[in-house]
Amino acid sequence: MNLHGAIATRWTQLLELAERRLPALTRLKQAESLPILLHRRRIYVLPTRFGLMFSAVLLTMLLGALNYNNNPAMLLTCLLAAAAYQSVFQAFRAVDRVELRALRAEPCHAGSTLHLDLHFVADARARHGLRVRVEEMEAVFDLAGSGGERVQIQLPAPQRGWRRIGRIRVWSEYPFGLFHVWSWLNPEFVALVYPALEANPPPLPLGGSDAEQMSVRRSGDELATLRGYHPTDALRTIAWKASARHDTLLVKEFELRRGRDTVLDFAALHGLEREARIARLARWVCMAESAQVRYTLQLPELRLGPGLGPEHRHACLRALALLPGAAA
Amino acid sequence: MKRAPARLDGMQFGMVAASVLAAVAPHLMRLPVLIMAPILVVFLGRCLQRARGTRRIPAWLKLPLILLFPVFVILHYGNIFGREPGSALACAMLVLKLVETDTRRDARAAICFASFVLMSALLFDSGLGFALLLFAALALFLATLRELEPRAAATQPRGWRRALGQDLRVASVALLAATPLALCVFVFFPRFGSPLWGAPTDGTTSRTGLGDRMAPNEIQELLIDDSPAFRVVFDSNAPPREQLYWRGPVLWRFDGVAWTRPEYLANGNPAVPQPIGREVSYEVTLEPTERRWLLALDVPTLTPEGAVRGADMTLVSRASVDQLMRYRVSSAPQYRLEPVLDRQRRAQALQLPRDFDPRSLELAKHWRAELGSDDKIIAAALDLFHRDFYYTLNPPELARDSVDDFLFETKRGFCEHFSSAFTFLMRAAGIPARVVTGYQGGYFNSVGDYLVVRQSDAHAWSEVWLEQRGWVRVDPTSAVSPERVELGARAAARADAAWYQAAWLLTLRNQFDLVNRVWNEAIVQFNALRQQNLLTPFGIDKADYGNLMTALIGLSSLLLGLFAWWTLRTARGPSDPLDAAYLKLCGKLAGAGAARAPAEGPVAFARRLDAAGLRGDRLQALLADYVRLRYACQLPPAGAVRSFARAVATLRIHAPASSAG
Repeated sequence: MNLHGAIATRWTQLLELAERRLPALTRLKQAESLPILLHRRRIYVLPTRFGLMFSAVLLTMLLGALNYNNNPAMLLTCLLAAAAYQSVFQAFRAVDRVELRALRAEPCHAGSTLHLDLHFVADARARHGLRVRVEEMEAVFDLAGSGGERVQIQLPAPQRGWRRIGRIRVWSEYPFGLFHVWSWLNPEFVALVYPALEANPPPLPLGGSDAEQMSVRRSGDELATLRGYHPTDALRTIAWKASARHDTLLVKEFELRRGRDTVLDFAALHGLEREARIARLARWVCMAESAQVRYTLQLPELRLGPGLGPEHRHACLRALALLPGAAA
Repeated sequence: MKRAPARLDGMQFGMVAASVLAAVAPHLMRLPVLIMAPILVVFLGRCLQRARGTRRIPAWLKLPLILLFPVFVILHYGNIFGREPGSALACAMLVLKLVETDTRRDARAAICFASFVLMSALLFDSGLGFALLLFAALALFLATLRELEPRAAATQPRGWRRALGQDLRVASVALLAATPLALCVFVFFPRFGSPLWGAPTDGTTSRTGLGDRMAPNEIQELLIDDSPAFRVVFDSNAPPREQLYWRGPVLWRFDGVAWTRPEYLANGNPAVPQPIGREVSYEVTLEPTERRWLLALDVPTLTPEGAVRGADMTLVSRASVDQLMRYRVSSAPQYRLEPVLDRQRRAQALQLPRDFDPRSLELAKHWRAELGSDDKIIAAALDLFHRDFYYTLNPPELARDSVDDFLFETKRGFCEHFSSAFTFLMRAAGIPARVVTGYQGGYFNSVGDYLVVRQSDAHAWSEVWLEQRGWVRVDPTSAVSPERVELGARAAARADAAWYQAAWLLTLRNQFDLVNRVWNEAIVQFNALRQQNLLTPFGIDKADYGNLMTALIGLSSLLLGLFAWWTLRTARGPSDPLDAAYLKLCGKLAGAGAARAPAEGPVAFARRLDAAGLRGDRLQALLADYVRLRYACQLPPAGAVRSFARAVATLRIHAPASSAG
């Protein structure tokens, strides 16, 4: 026990000393803003396990050659050793000055996979055998030319809410796997994970009667917004007066409504667990979107809508995802 | 994506198998059929099995194989230790490693082991061609290691040929880049004065020491054998190097082909040498020779225990030296030996074969008639050697009249040829003479404070008997080559031209021989002694371990510094050729007094230049070209970029007319 404590104290002291001496250690613990350039000061090099084994074999060969006073064998050993040794420079060159330019991930629902896109760029020199690991997932990529490379990594997303990406490790063991050259990236990045969707939800709670619900009124609706013209838009939707004022063609966007609005109320779902309520509300939001029904989301401290469309859907799902209690 | 011990794909396995074959093949010829055949069978079987599917080999098949090979090795060699059985076993185990190679980790271990097996092949044959083949195998090994690294799916080369080409290119570049560093380590890494562990002798290749017979090419085998013959610890200071003549068997009888030591001649009453000046005492540790000679500094004054001193001052042990043998002995570096020679001895020392070497006989008789005194004859012979003979370890073969052929035709040889010819000439001129074989020199190991004499220090010299002075040592080789080293193709070509007819063949032979000799001289025979003298140009006569390590560390640091510079340097300027050409154009314009403002785009710049009246031949067109290439297309065509760069290079800028006026 005493010994254990002493070791722990000594380890803490050692870490403190290291952090004083090597500010890079602490600096890299803090998140950085993109883009992140892998400067040589933050690239580390160690021999791999295979590298150590290989050097042991080389040492044996050297001893054998020296003992038998066999110069050709000595030369062979020296050549192999030097070729092995110089590979550390090649590995370093692969990682040196690689830049992580962008990082993005589309929101996904909890329980599915998060697709993380990493955009790496470097100068014109070709770099081979670069590898990246985010959490437990790895990918291999090469960099050549100015366009850079987009690397996709799929991560599990078990919980709703903000999902932090762990430190990203970029490394290379190119060309012979003898040296491990790596750097840590800790970008300021969080991905949003929507709540999981309830598997077998009850139907969407709709306010009006069935007949009223089915009647679709296309004309005479209130004008919602104006947006830019696309070639596929019908000519009659163009807002000519507004377009004349603005220099470019604008299109009137009408709200298409089916039946009456629905209110998705958190408080109305009695007798369900908190997470189950969130899952049902998230499913209802998706159902309302696919049924093109305007919906209002009523949360304990927030009311969203009524509304319809991708932005509204995102706002609702985001609000659901960020409801407190996810951690509890 | 997930980390798992992924199985090797077909390409990777193929390259590992090729590497294993490359490592084993140099041994195959040498191995007995009993071991070679199973190795080949296992190798081919595994390759066929792997070609059909990726199933693992079950343990019940592997285990008997692992046990079988040591049994075979013991059956054939009776032992599994030592160079030959050891390497045979290593070959077998390497092939068995291939049998169980399924993952990347296995493959890497196999490559490690293959490197060792490859190196051990050089312990048996260190010829140039063989060595070059083995060095080429290194490229294959490194290419295999490269192939074992994962590749990005996007840039996967199509077809195994292209992938192999890429791998081999990476490996060759690595080997080429590594060459300077490898040579630096090779040259300066301190060599052992003596082996760390005794290299066990195998029955089939027993080490040959000095024999009681000297015929062409017998000592030559010793001369390329760098293993130690014996070691000496002196009680006080070692005598100077020119006195380090280690006396072995003395050869009296010449039959026209070889010099031999008849037992009856050696067993007369030993003459007692009269030392002149100081005697030296020392302890000799003799490596096993399986012969009875004991080596001692010329001339021994004290007989060690268990040995007798022959009439010719050769120390002979009562039993053959089968184990390391240690004995104490004293010698007188300067001495007078047998000032009176009895008639029988004198006749033996003048014996010559009948009907051999008539021209040499005639030359000696001519000298006797013309010069008269013994000293002048000796001087004439040494002068002859000194004038136009060359020292070489690769002498041409000699005809039946070997002395005539050597003296008048080839004129190239080593100690054996010189001492043989010299002794013959002396006897023909009536001076009693004999050949002494032994060792000359030695390498003083300053760390261990002892002298190690190697087989390659084997030497032969002559003794002549002179009135009043007795037997006097004459080393004709030192008249030819004081350093016992021959360098220079010119000399070789001049000497060869006499006895080869076809000039083109001669050139070819010489060139090949030169390469071989350079290899032999520079690499194979590079030893601790040569290493000592490396730093002589820098004022260090005898480099010790400290000097060598300093040189090694200094030079390799320099080379590593170069590598580091290459690694860390960042590309200067834009890497894009179009931007580079544009910057050059801007530079030219700046030289003409129209510098582009940092925030000025090409279009605005062109407009301003036009307004300023600055006109080149095609200046506006070029700027327009740049705008088109840079902004109108996503990837400018390489040809257009090149012609743009050419146009920029040839552009001449005329100063504006207003400023000129």
